[in-house]
Amino acid sequence: MTEEEKERNVIVCRCEEITMGEIRDWIARGYDTFDELKHILRVGMGPCQGRGCREIILREIAKMKNVPITQVDPGTFRPPSKPVKLELLAKKEGGE
Amino acid sequence: MAEEWKRSADVVIIGAGIQGCSIAYNLAKLGVKDVVVLEKDTPTAGSTGRCAAGIRAQWGTKMNCQLGLASLEILEHLHEELGMDIGLHQGGYLMVAYKESEFEQLKKNVALQNSLGITSRVVNKEEAYEICPTLSAEDAVGFTYHHRDGHADPFLTTIAYHKAASEKGVRFYKFTECTGIKVKGEVKGVVTTRGEIDTPVVVDAAGPYSQHIAAMAGIKLPFYSERHEILVTEPVEFGVCPCMLMSFSGNYYIQQRPIGSIIAGCSPEGHPEDYSLGNTWNFLEHMSRVIVKLLPKLGGVRVVRQWSGMYNMSPDKQPVIGESKEVKGFYISAGFSGHGFMFGPISGKLLAELIVTGTSSIPIDVLNYDRFERGELIEEPAVV
Ligand SMILES: Cc1cc2nc3c(=O)[nH]c(=O)nc-3n(C[C@H](O)[C@H](O)[C@H](O)COP(=O)(O)OP(=O)(O)OC[C@H]3O[C@@H](n4cnc5c(N)ncnc54)[C@H](O)[C@@H]3O)c2cc1C
Ligand code: FES
Repeated sequence: MTEEEKERNVIVCRCEEITMGEIRDWIARGYDTFDELKHILRVGMGPCQGRGCREIILREIAKMKNVPITQVDPGTFRPPSKPVKLELLAKKEGGE
Repeated sequence: MAEEWKRSADVVIIGAGIQGCSIAYNLAKLGVKDVVVLEKDTPTAGSTGRCAAGIRAQWGTKMNCQLGLASLEILEHLHEELGMDIGLHQGGYLMVAYKESEFEQLKKNVALQNSLGITSRVVNKEEAYEICPTLSAEDAVGFTYHHRDGHADPFLTTIAYHKAASEKGVRFYKFTECTGIKVKGEVKGVVTTRGEIDTPVVVDAAGPYSQHIAAMAGIKLPFYSERHEILVTEPVEFGVCPCMLMSFSGNYYIQQRPIGSIIAGCSPEGHPEDYSLGNTWNFLEHMSRVIVKLLPKLGGVRVVRQWSGMYNMSPDKQPVIGESKEVKGFYISAGFSGHGFMFGPISGKLLAELIVTGTSSIPIDVLNYDRFERGELIEEPAVV
């Protein structure tokens, strides 16, 4: 295996099992924002919500587009919220 | 990234949601060489990426049944056609009626659907409970079911069209907003935040903003947009609600996605015009009550996210698909009133045919917007 092939096989997003090769291929096709990659590959949507892969992916986008990482859109940020059980939400009467 | 700017094109499409991407792909497939798509954000950033992505053929007018069935047929083979998985899941739609009159209408719809080759059927409570194992609907008076209805991933489906269209030579300009349409008796070109493009044909596929784009060409579309909220739960074992549960009088739709999470939504009271994308407690609590009543075993399941998106509403909740009679070269594919994802595969094909050949393989002349002026609204009983 060449160095390049080895790198391509590295799992970048462990939650969704996405490799560097897949990320590179989709960026090369023009899907070069974090949100687009998220929609196609589900990267950043796993249990860790992207803490494990976001930085690496943003760096790869910057590298392939040849722009500083500060110019790469970090994507829609959804603040971590505490999931609530349906029955608790359903119990409250009246709303507001 | 320096990207070549095309100063002229055969067709310019505004919007890269399911409509714009499907139209673009179908135009390229029919041999149109120079197609450009303008998207002010990224593909799927509009309603498409926010929708529930339910697909159905259970409609109440002949035309919608035909369009719904034709779309299902395309979706069933889209993976092969476009070379990309679209996350298709056909768990069926189970329609729930709570009033006798509503059930009568659903039965009439089934008769019409059957006459058009759609194998929907009336099911009794026992069957309904088999189809949806955790369902509790003792207050329902009747159900209908069609097993080919279901769900497709809205991101994957749209990107599949987008990618296939790109490979056929369509140029997509993202982060590029259309700010004007040049008209001199007929369409001459578009103005954008990145420059101008000369073109004889513009397609308005701007979703919730379609009426704003039409206004740029001097056309008044009687549309408005309204905000619809939706929530999703954590994933639970697949099979608790494998079908789409839908009720017009109950005002809800609920479905488990193949990855296990459950999505649910309803229509806002009074259907007010609203372009904001906010979220409310009211919706969260109301929707949770509806889910727990219908699927009582799911009370312990947690809601992880809620969001909202817009429906582009037309006066009869039916879309406008076709060329403007006022401005030659201005085509519209909008006003889908909450059903634009499922119709995307077929409406994109028909509009492309119309642009290239002047006719379409399923007649859609009645979908021109002059029907509103003539007062000839389409009466579709199967909408929320
Ligand atoms: C909560 C919710 C649930 C839904 N559930 C379903 C369902 O189950 N089944 C179903 O079939 N449908 C459903 N819908 C409806 C569906 O989402 C829409 O009908 C459909 O996505 C419309 O697609 P579109 O391509 O016309 O619009 P959009 O996806 O909104 O695409 C329009 C694009 O145009 C771009 N744009 C706008 N103005 C400009 C401009 N000036 N210049 C450049 N670009 C511009 C926007 O950024 C956008 O990307 C739902 C909608 C919502 C909100
Ligand atoms: S590593 Fe990518 S979402 Fe967790």
